[in-house]
Amino acid sequence: MSDFEYANAPESKAIANISPSYGLFIGGKFVDPKKGKSFSTINPANEELLSKVGYGDKSDIDAAVKSARAAYTKIWSKMPAKERGKYLYRIARIMQERAREFAVVETLDNGKPIRESRDTDIPLAAAHFFYHAGWADKLEYAGFGNKPKSLGVVGQIIPWNFPLLMLAWKIAPALAAGNTVVLKPAETTPLTALLFAQVCQQAGLPDGVVNIVTGDGITGAALVNHPDINKVAFTGSTEVGKAIARSISATKKTATLELGGKAANLVFEDAAIDEAVEGIVNGIFFNQGHVCCAGSRLIIQENVADEVLEKLKKRMSLIRVGDPMDKNTDLGAINSKEQLNKIEEISKTGDAEGANRWSPDVKLPTKGFWYPPTIFTGVTQSHRIAREEIFGPVLSVLTFRTPAEAIEKANNTMYGLSAGIWSDKGAKVLWAAKQLKAGVIWSNTFNKFDPASPFGGYKESGWGREGGRHGLAGYLTSDSKVNK
Amino acid sequence: MIIDGSEKSLRKFLSDLPPVDQVGAEARAAMLATRSIKTSSKAWAIDMAISMVDLTTLEGADTPEKVKSLCAKAVRPDPSDLTVPSVGAICVYNDMVKIARTELDRIGGKSLPVAAVATAFPSGRASLAVKKIDTQDAIDAGANEIDMVIDRGAFLSGRIYDVFEEIRVIKEICGKKAHLKVILETGELVTYDNVRKASYLAMLAGADFIKTSTGKVAPAATAPVVLVMLEAVRDYFTLTGTKIGVKPAGGIRTTKDAIKQLVLVKETAGEQWLTPDLFRIGASALLNDLLMQRMKLRTGHYASANYVTVD
Repeated sequence: MSDFEYANAPESKAIANISPSYGLFIGGKFVDPKKGKSFSTINPANEELLSKVGYGDKSDIDAAVKSARAAYTKIWSKMPAKERGKYLYRIARIMQERAREFAVVETLDNGKPIRESRDTDIPLAAAHFFYHAGWADKLEYAGFGNKPKSLGVVGQIIPWNFPLLMLAWKIAPALAAGNTVVLKPAETTPLTALLFAQVCQQAGLPDGVVNIVTGDGITGAALVNHPDINKVAFTGSTEVGKAIARSISATKKTATLELGGKAANLVFEDAAIDEAVEGIVNGIFFNQGHVCCAGSRLIIQENVADEVLEKLKKRMSLIRVGDPMDKNTDLGAINSKEQLNKIEEISKTGDAEGANRWSPDVKLPTKGFWYPPTIFTGVTQSHRIAREEIFGPVLSVLTFRTPAEAIEKANNTMYGLSAGIWSDKGAKVLWAAKQLKAGVIWSNTFNKFDPASPFGGYKESGWGREGGRHGLAGYLTSDSKVNK
Repeated sequence: MIIDGSEKSLRKFLSDLPPVDQVGAEARAAMLATRSIKTSSKAWAIDMAISMVDLTTLEGADTPEKVKSLCAKAVRPDPSDLTVPSVGAICVYNDMVKIARTELDRIGGKSLPVAAVATAFPSGRASLAVKKIDTQDAIDAGANEIDMVIDRGAFLSGRIYDVFEEIRVIKEICGKKAHLKVILETGELVTYDNVRKASYLAMLAGADFIKTSTGKVAPAATAPVVLVMLEAVRDYFTLTGTKIGVKPAGGIRTTKDAIKQLVLVKETAGEQWLTPDLFRIGASALLNDLLMQRMKLRTGHYASANYVTVD
């Protein structure tokens, strides 16, 4: 008998319709950057050029903020809340209608498997707009104080790991609460944000309510430092988050920051082992491990560690690495050369410091940026790979003897974004969840997201929450003076 | 031996098994259902699925003529295309075994096994003495495989050793003459923890195959149930070096359903289970859908149902 090899099952690119160049989306129109500069965005799976997008500098940011301010003062802050909600519903429906197109563009620009963009990123992004659309006219009744008010113009900076989903996490609550926005997408993944700009046009959203300025860190800094924004919402590295906090410290600007993580995934001896193994895989290999809440530290009870690791290795051998556009691919491309270098650099310290590296036998494509699914066993708390965020498909495995030791190790980190608990005992799960210092704790699952559930971290993992009622609070004030 | 045959050791072994998380198991099965099987892999899967079908008729209205026509279909599923493989086996009630065996031998299906459902199928509600006679009768009539049902009442009331003993006794009767498939009737066991326990119980008692269902109870061979059973045979192999087969039965009607089963096998137990010796699909209507999809792949066109034979 021959093997049951899955034949290629590529998603068609035809629907994507990516334009060879894009301007900046300011005041409801695509405009050329004032200095006329642009930069390339490539497909990280094969390094082919996808498009040239406008490079926004200080003057473009200024134009975008002015347009957002005008839209805020003249239209959006005066519009009845119910009408704002209608626009959000309309955007959500268009995103669903164009879901396939969004998924293809996301996968081409980001390198993530089409299965994930199709089944996770895009549906969740649309769900965020639906969810927040419902909030728009109910803010007065949700315990935000007497007559909660919007903040004004919000500057938003998003990362490259979930480009459209992070856009949705930022824009949906901001608009629902009555703010206008200037959003800067990540340098390597601008395309779905620009497609979203087209959706705003299609939905007839008033000009200037959403402005999208593509660029790099300098563009982002110009946005953060612009004197006429009321708030910064940032998702990205802790390093940049700290810089933002410093630069707004002497201003009236507020901020929400979603930063790094080094989540502990605790597997107790009484866990459902097969499902825990699935959860471990999902925790660290979902989206190539480019997830701030990734379960990058697996902490297993020592008496089941061998069994779990044997099963984990078998399971990892089944991970299908390759063409992100293939519907059967589980692990796609690393988003950029820069990120690949970072993953390689930190992983090498694992070898140097004495941890044991293991990867299944996988054939990586020759073009593009790739890293095999990797685990390090024999990791201790003092290893760099147990402390630093790798942001790639690399798992550090530690063990514990008692539940108290598990918690001690889990909390012994500068981060506190997420954690996972695997146990069939409800009381143990609740006990552990109480001890863990993390903003999101999953019980017998991992990397589950819902617009109604607030997301955010302790310690150096950030300020504030996104999603749910808590997330909306970050876009509202009960102090009416702020906007004057 | 991983247990010593005593009730104590059986109970200890089963209670030490890790639990199944329902949500997680269902999520894994649902993820595997998204695999996209196209072109060459689809053609391979269709032929493999045909060769795994236990072509079944288990009706009160079964007659010798009905069984004979099923035999013809089993040997040559598509008379217009002799490259189509024969099915895995014929599955009938005891009194039809001799008719099926004789007919298969007569028409060139000597190597095709006849499976008989025994031990008071489908309920299992009879004394052990009756079940033994039932099994012996099927073997005497020429059955190559015995599809026995477990006593679900005994299992659910905690008398697991009775279930174990019953399987062991039936296995003794089967001896080397017949393969033993043990039907768990997972639709009556309900929880995945029960499915895992019953799977191990059957394997420890001597089953050659573990089978999901009689086809008389819904739900039958759902994807998560098959997933849990495939995990059990995979882990039992790691533990003992013995490969036990799996047979989902009931509710698998389309080519898509069958291919999803093969994906479950490949990505759970592994490719070594992708053979009719270790994986069978109990079905009746499925075969014609497989044949029609096969025609479609070969010609590019869907034929009407009249281009495949009704039985």
